[in-house]
Amino acid sequence: MKFRRLIFANLFRKKIRLLLTIGSFAVALFLFSFLAVVRDAFSRGADIASADRLFVINRTSIINPIPLSYRDKMLRIPGVKMVTHDNWFGGVYQDEKNFFPQFVVDPENQRQVFPELIVSDEEWANFLKDRQGAIVGVRTAERFGWKIGDRIPLKATIWGAGNWEFNIDGFYHGKRPQDDETQFWMQWDFFQEHVPDALKGQVGWYIVRVDSPDDAVRVAKNIDAEFANSPFETKTETESAFAASWVKQFGNIRFLILSIGTVVFFTLLLVTGNTMAISVRERTAELAVFKAIGYSDRKVLFFVLAESLAIAIVGGLLGLLLAGLAIPVLANALNGMLPQLVLAPSVFALGFMTALAVGLASGLLPGLGAMRLQIVNALRRI
Amino acid sequence: MDKSDFVAFMGPSGSGKTTLLNLLGGLDVPTRGNITVAGDEITHMSGHKLTEWRARHVGFVFQMYNLIPVLTAFQNVELPLLLTKLSKAQRRNHVETALGVVGLADRMSHYPRQLSGGQEQRVAIARAIVADPTFLLCDEPTGDLDRQSADEIMALIERLVREYGKTVLMVTHDPVVARRAGTTLHLEKGVLVESAEPERVAAGGRHEI
Repeated sequence: MKFRRLIFANLFRKKIRLLLTIGSFAVALFLFSFLAVVRDAFSRGADIASADRLFVINRTSIINPIPLSYRDKMLRIPGVKMVTHDNWFGGVYQDEKNFFPQFVVDPENQRQVFPELIVSDEEWANFLKDRQGAIVGVRTAERFGWKIGDRIPLKATIWGAGNWEFNIDGFYHGKRPQDDETQFWMQWDFFQEHVPDALKGQVGWYIVRVDSPDDAVRVAKNIDAEFANSPFETKTETESAFAASWVKQFGNIRFLILSIGTVVFFTLLLVTGNTMAISVRERTAELAVFKAIGYSDRKVLFFVLAESLAIAIVGGLLGLLLAGLAIPVLANALNGMLPQLVLAPSVFALGFMTALAVGLASGLLPGLGAMRLQIVNALRRI
Repeated sequence: MDKSDFVAFMGPSGSGKTTLLNLLGGLDVPTRGNITVAGDEITHMSGHKLTEWRARHVGFVFQMYNLIPVLTAFQNVELPLLLTKLSKAQRRNHVETALGVVGLADRMSHYPRQLSGGQEQRVAIARAIVADPTFLLCDEPTGDLDRQSADEIMALIERLVREYGKTVLMVTHDPVVARRAGTTLHLEKGVLVESAEPERVAAGGRHEI
């Protein structure tokens, strides 16, 4: 493009100002990416939820248990394909900072209900044979440098006291990048042997797989109806609704992040808009000369927009690149305190498009001013 | 006026010299009357048409040179040609020729800040002639220059008229500069009051602009 040199020459006219403006874009895009990644992490459970899975919890609260005997009753409800159950273990590995989710799983049905979490047949067979066995998500295994055969002590905090020891029999990984690979699974039978008698035979929640996602709502109603007026009434939701209500416990994350993001971009718009306005004002006479020698109003507008877009593209890409480099580091530093932080292509694309929109918007008003500039008046101002 | 004429407009401040130049160059529009330049009636042209007309017919030379400071002399002179369909090689050829005419072939890669005032004005003249316009409009072309530089610029403008057949209309305050023109017209309060070539002023002696 023959005007490229002209646009770049104008861009580099005030180098410090250019660097600061690009820096504003980079910081804003970095912040945007981080907020979007956090929002994604919180809402990922709902986003990747399987349409044919239902979560059954105690109607009072998820911390109240449900009897194991409900499993067979649920299996008799039409539309229910299979049922598994989980308990939250909540143990501490060496230090409370080393948090990762630990679940007591039902080895019979775990893999069938969660087919997206892959364990090799050999490792699963070893797990079934080993009552103290554990299957660990690859991210947690990497985090602590665990290998198969390692013996892992977890200090119980809910289910009695003292250390419970587990043998690492295998690792699981998710089929999709968004899948949670931080969990630690232990055997139901081993758990039952060690919990106090009063707590035996009680599960934290059930996960039900239905024959068809279309039946999910009907089956959920039937499950709750089955246990209505019992000492352990249930509340059944689709996995997506369950994940969404879980996130709600932390407050309205989406609104919070959207508010911060909006403020960041509005501020960026003002900063870059002001910069472009100053830049155009400084060049009033030059723009008048351009128009005098035959450059059309549209070309003048194009020059201003091209400059603001170039700043937005460079600053935006820089911010996204920084986010791409920093988010894995931050994720490690947070030690699993937040769900898995992943800079998804959709976040990258949305960030880039937003940067372009801000670049366009910030150049538009000064550009229109330059476009409408009266040559005679502008030359008179010199 | 005819092709290859060199006309100077003189008059006190506020007499309408620059306004006249702006009207002739299509930079301003008259409140009444019509303007016909080089056969084109420009008064009622749309903004877009007028822009195209300026690019084709008019070369501007300003008192303050008005070069783009972030572009080299070559790039400044090339600006009008970027609007044409000329190839890069053709543009280069035209720019080198124009800078050669003004005697700055060896300053092509210099930025305006690296040039003297006289040299800057010569680059501005090269920019004005590079697209071979029908006529040049010079608004106080020597107003910001010392006497020697002003003489050099005037010699250059005379050469453009004499050797290249350019038509030049120039506004100046300086009688010494005005004397270099073939015709000098005096303006007062928007009215043409006197001409150095009386036979070219229509009968009556006063022409409202």
